[in-house]
Amino acid sequence: MNSYAKRLMWPVLILVALIVVNIAATGIDFIIPSVNDGRLGGAFVNILRRSAPLMLIALGMTLVIATKGIDLSVGAVYAIGAAIACQMIIGQEDQSAAGLIFSAVALALVVTAVIGAWNGTMVAYFGIQPIVATLILMIAGRGIAQLITGGQIPKVQDSSPFTQLGRGEIFTIPLPIWIAALVFVAIALLTRKTALGLLLESVGGNPEASRLAGIRSKGITVLVYLVCGLCAGLAGLIGAANLGSADANNGGLWIELDAILAVVIGGTALLGGRFYLLGTTIGVVIIGTLEDTIINVGLSSQWQFTAKAIVVFAVALLQSPEFRGWILKPFKPKPEAAAPAPAPAEEVPAK
Amino acid sequence: MSDDPIVQMTGIRKDFTGVRALDGVDFTLRPGEIHAVMGENGAGKSTLIKVLTGVHTPDAGDILLDGKSVRFHSPGAAQAAGISTVYQEVNLTDNLSVAENLFAGREPRLGPFINFRAMRRKAKALLDDIGIDLNVAAPLSSYSIAMQQLVAIARAVDIEAKVLILDEPTSSLDRDEVAVLLGVMRRLAANGTAMVFISHFLEQVYEISDRMTVLRNGKLVGEWATADLPENELIGHMLGREAVVLEQIERAAAAHHVADETPLVQAVGLGRKGSIAPYDLDVRRGEVVGLAGLLGSGRTETIRLIAGADRADSGSLSFDGAKVGGHNPRTASARGIAYCPENRKTEGLVGDLTVAENMILAMQASRGWARSIPVARRDKLVAEFIEKLDIRPANPDMPVKNLSGGNQQKVLLARWMLIEPKLLILDEPTRGIDVGAKADIQKLVAELSADGMAVLFVSAELDEVTRLSDRIAVLRDRDLIAVLESEADMTTEKIVDTIVAKGGER
Repeated sequence: MNSYAKRLMWPVLILVALIVVNIAATGIDFIIPSVNDGRLGGAFVNILRRSAPLMLIALGMTLVIATKGIDLSVGAVYAIGAAIACQMIIGQEDQSAAGLIFSAVALALVVTAVIGAWNGTMVAYFGIQPIVATLILMIAGRGIAQLITGGQIPKVQDSSPFTQLGRGEIFTIPLPIWIAALVFVAIALLTRKTALGLLLESVGGNPEASRLAGIRSKGITVLVYLVCGLCAGLAGLIGAANLGSADANNGGLWIELDAILAVVIGGTALLGGRFYLLGTTIGVVIIGTLEDTIINVGLSSQWQFTAKAIVVFAVALLQSPEFRGWILKPFKPKPEAAAPAPAPAEEVPAK
Repeated sequence: MSDDPIVQMTGIRKDFTGVRALDGVDFTLRPGEIHAVMGENGAGKSTLIKVLTGVHTPDAGDILLDGKSVRFHSPGAAQAAGISTVYQEVNLTDNLSVAENLFAGREPRLGPFINFRAMRRKAKALLDDIGIDLNVAAPLSSYSIAMQQLVAIARAVDIEAKVLILDEPTSSLDRDEVAVLLGVMRRLAANGTAMVFISHFLEQVYEISDRMTVLRNGKLVGEWATADLPENELIGHMLGREAVVLEQIERAAAAHHVADETPLVQAVGLGRKGSIAPYDLDVRRGEVVGLAGLLGSGRTETIRLIAGADRADSGSLSFDGAKVGGHNPRTASARGIAYCPENRKTEGLVGDLTVAENMILAMQASRGWARSIPVARRDKLVAEFIEKLDIRPANPDMPVKNLSGGNQQKVLLARWMLIEPKLLILDEPTRGIDVGAKADIQKLVAELSADGMAVLFVSAELDEVTRLSDRIAVLRDRDLIAVLESEADMTTEKIVDTIVAKGGER
C-alpha cells in the first residue's frame, strides 16, 4: 500500500498545484461546484465532464500497457463508434425511439469490442508487435469511419435522447462523469477482485515465465485489447452525443497520445507489469485541468501544446529516481542523518 | 609471490540503509596470482568487488593500488587505473560484430573513420592469442553465451588490465570452454596479471586459484593458500557450521529405491527436430532421475518436451498411465507436472511481482482468472512455504527481484509445491546459488521423492547428479545415449566414461 501511495504522490502534487494556480487566477469558484437548473456545473466539474472520454480510453490503455502492449488505434476506434451510432440514428425518421437509440449504442459497442479483439488477436496469436498491429487500425480506422458516414458528418437532432449520453445528468451529476466512474469501478473490480490483475501484471512483467507457469496469456491479451476497444467505442459515443455529430476525421484525434500520457503520468511503466488505475485517473484530470489552466492564466490557446509538453517534462523528471536524488540533495542535511530517514518508508510495505 | 601487493584493501566497511554489508574486511592481491573470493550469497563478495571497481565507495577503510592510496568514484575511474571486470552476465552488444564488441570505444581509426580492416585483423589476433577461433565479422549474437563470455574476457584482457576481476565467469560455460578459460587465466597469470576469481564451482576454484579469501556475513574469516585449505574446511568456513548436510543427503537418497510397476512418465521415441533426437525415458513415482551431459548436450531440451514447454514432433508421452496429447505448460500443470526452468530470471520469476504473488502464480493460473485465491488462504500458504523452505528475508510483500539467487530458486520451488505435483522437473536448480541454499534444495529434493514425488533433475555438477539420483540418463550431442541404473555405475567417472566412449564410437 505504501509503495502505491508513493507512486501517486507526484501526480497528486502536480494536480493540486494546477488547481491552486487556477484558483489564484480565477478565484475559489474554480473548484466549488455550482448547481444551476438542477445540474452540477462550475469549472472543475466541466473539466471532469469533458475528460470522461479520455478517462475511458486511458483506463483501457492502462490494462493494455500493463501487458507490455500499446493501442494506437483507440482514436480511430472512437471515430468508428461515433460514426456507427450517429449514422444509424440519422437513417431513421424518429430519432427519439428508445429501441433505435439502444440498438445504435449496442451495435457501436459490439463493433468496437470486435475491433479490440482483432487487435488482441494480432498481438497474441500472430505475434505482431502491438505498436505495429494497432498502427494498422489507427490509419485504417478513420477510413472505415469515413466509409460508414459516406464522407459526411452525420448530425443527430438535438431532441434525440442519444445526446443525453453527453449532455444529460442523473442526480444533478453529468452523465459522462457517471459513466466514467462506473467503468472505473467495473475495471477496478474486474482486475483487483479477481485474479485478472495479477495475471495481467505477470504476463506484462515476464511473458515467458507466465507461459511456463501455465497462464493463458493469449486469452488474457485478447481480453485486454477487447476491453480497450470497448472503452474507446464508449468514449466515441459520449463524444458524439455531446457534439450531436460524428466527425470521422477529427473525432478523438490524437486522443491515443493523451491516453498514453495519462497512463504514464499515473505511474504505470510502458515496460509493462504493475499498473495503477487510480494513477491513470489522476493523469487524466491533470491533462484536462491543464487545458483550462492555460486559458485561465491568460495565455492564448496557441500555448496549449507547449504547456502540455512542459508539464509532461516536469512529471517525467519528477518520476525519475536519478533526478529526484539530484534535486533533493541540497535539502538533505547530512548523508548520515538522511540515510535512516528513507529506511522506515521502505519497511512499511514489509509489514 | 613475495612481491609487493598490487592491491591492498584494509578495514573496508560499507553500509547500506540499515545493513552492514562489509565490516572491516582486508583483502590483498599480489601480481600474477589468482585469488578466489569465497563465501555464501550475501557474505559480501559482490560488495567487496564493487568497492574495488568503483561501483560503491567504502564508508571506511583504505585501498592501496601499487602502494598508492586510491578511491574510485566510478567504474570508469577504476578501469582507467587498470582494474577490469568480467561479469556473470555478458554485457556486450548483441547485434554488433565480435570485432566491434572487442574494440567498442577504442576503435582503430583512419582519420575520422573507423578502420574496419585493421579492427578485424587485431580482433582475430587477439582471439587467436587466447586460443579461440571465431568469425570476428559475425554478429556476437550468432555465438553461444559461452563464446560471448570469452569475447568479454578477451576484451577485458586487451585493455591492459593489471587487475582482472572474473565474477562467476564459468557459470554458463561447458567443460571444454571452462578448460579454455582456465588456460587463458594461467597464461595471464604467468604474464603478471593479478586476478580475482569468484565462482560457485569449488572444483574450478581448487584447480585454478593460488589463494583464497573467505568472507561470511560481511566479515573476513581469513586468507589461506589454496593448497592449505581442504574442501570440507573451506565449506565449514563459508557456512560457519560443520558441513555435514551434504553427507546426510547421500544416505537419504540411497535409502529408497522404488520398483514401481507402471512408470509415472513413459516417453517412447519422444523427440523434436533440431533440438533433441528421439529418446525413451521412464520415471517412476518416488524416483529421482538425473540428467547428465555437457552444456548443449540436450539436457534442457529433453525435459522441456516432458514439461510441455516445447512441442514434440515425434514419439509419444504417457503420464500417469494416460497418453498425453496437446501438451503445453498449462495442461502439463493441470496433469501435475511442474517445471522449474534453468533461467530463473527470464523464464521463472516475474521480478516486479512480490514473493507471495510469484508463489501463487501456478496455482492461480490453474484456477483461471475468475477464481481468485482467497486472501486468508493465500497468506497462510505463503507463510507456510516461506517457513518450510526457509526463504529469507521472510517477507511475502518484497519484490522477488530483490532476493538472492538461492531464495529466488526457493520461491520458484514453492510455486510448484503449492499445486502438489506428481512430477517435479528441475533444470539446474542449484546453479549460481550459495552452498547453504544448495544443501537446502538438495535435501528438499530427497524429501519430496521420499514422499513419493517423481523428480527429473538436470545439473551440470556431476557430483550433485550422482548424489541425488536413483538413475542417471546420460546425454551427448543432443542424444540420450545411456541410462545408468546400477549402484556401481552411479559415479562421476562412469558418466564421463560413457560420454567419452560414445564420442569415440562415432
